[in-house]
Amino acid sequence: MIDIGSFKPAIVYTIYIASTPEKVWQALTTAEFSRQYFSGLAIELEQKVGGAFVVRLPDGRVHISGEVIECDPPRRLTITWNVNWPDLVEKLGPTLVTYDIERAGDAVRLMLTQAHDRTIDDDILSGGRAGWPAILSSLKSLLETGNALAIKMEPPQRMLAALKRLGIGTP
Amino acid sequence: MRKPEFVYVTYIETTPEKLWHALTDGDFTERYWFGVRLKSDWKVGSRFSMMRDGAENDAGEVIEVDPPRRLSYTFVNLSEKYRGERPARATFVLEPYGSLVKLTLTHEGFDEGSKMLPAISKGWPAILSSLKSILETGRPLEVPYAAMKMEDASQ
Repeated sequence: MIDIGSFKPAIVYTIYIASTPEKVWQALTTAEFSRQYFSGLAIELEQKVGGAFVVRLPDGRVHISGEVIECDPPRRLTITWNVNWPDLVEKLGPTLVTYDIERAGDAVRLMLTQAHDRTIDDDILSGGRAGWPAILSSLKSLLETGNALAIKMEPPQRMLAALKRLGIGTP
Repeated sequence: MRKPEFVYVTYIETTPEKLWHALTDGDFTERYWFGVRLKSDWKVGSRFSMMRDGAENDAGEVIEVDPPRRLSYTFVNLSEKYRGERPARATFVLEPYGSLVKLTLTHEGFDEGSKMLPAISKGWPAILSSLKSILETGRPLEVPYAAMKMEDASQ
């Protein structure tokens, strides 16, 4: 088990959604929802501390894998979020992702925190800074309107170039 | 160390023209901006005000107006708590993105130790989430100020 006390937030993104904490939790933790708002990717979560967290590509291959660190449905979920690229975890350490879900008036506040146990270069963080707003904007639309957003993201070139410089295998 | 600023990006199913209207029309802002009416003639150099229940709560100056692409203004809260703080600059960039609009807000130019920065960092996500909701569903969000925790943030 990793020591989450040694992790510092690098990216924080907050969004308010006209929904319930239970539905937001479901959207964050099931493939049924994630396929719609998260570029066709399928989230699988074993809802217990130490359980497995997996994000699969549409063809079934594992793209991101991790472990459940904190699990308090529908309020707080912390997982390690490691993209399956060769040497990424060895060189950058694990990525920690926390979702905090709280009622705020008739809406729900969802706060995403991406944390690391070391200083991560801005070039590498640019991937998450671009990705999270798109993913979570689409999740909000899905829960409020029934339709996710058709966001076609360009590959995060700045991040990919920085990873390549570090000798991390990227697609 | 990163400079003292706040950046927020969201994607909205709308047109740049509708989004521009939503960002500049006082009647419209009052509906989703939790009762805040923006007041300005939107000419560069003109006064920019945030009105609530007829009172001017925040004020600054219009810096840039390029519809429907870029809007920039400065403001600072006029209450005692923020006295002496220089008005920081909020810039909205609207970019067509397929059938969507990508909205990027950059709020910068805060004094070191600014009390405005932590407060606006709590406020903008709620305001821009409500803006996205009203444009996509016709209904704004109802989030009480207390629930945004703006006051906790700026203590």
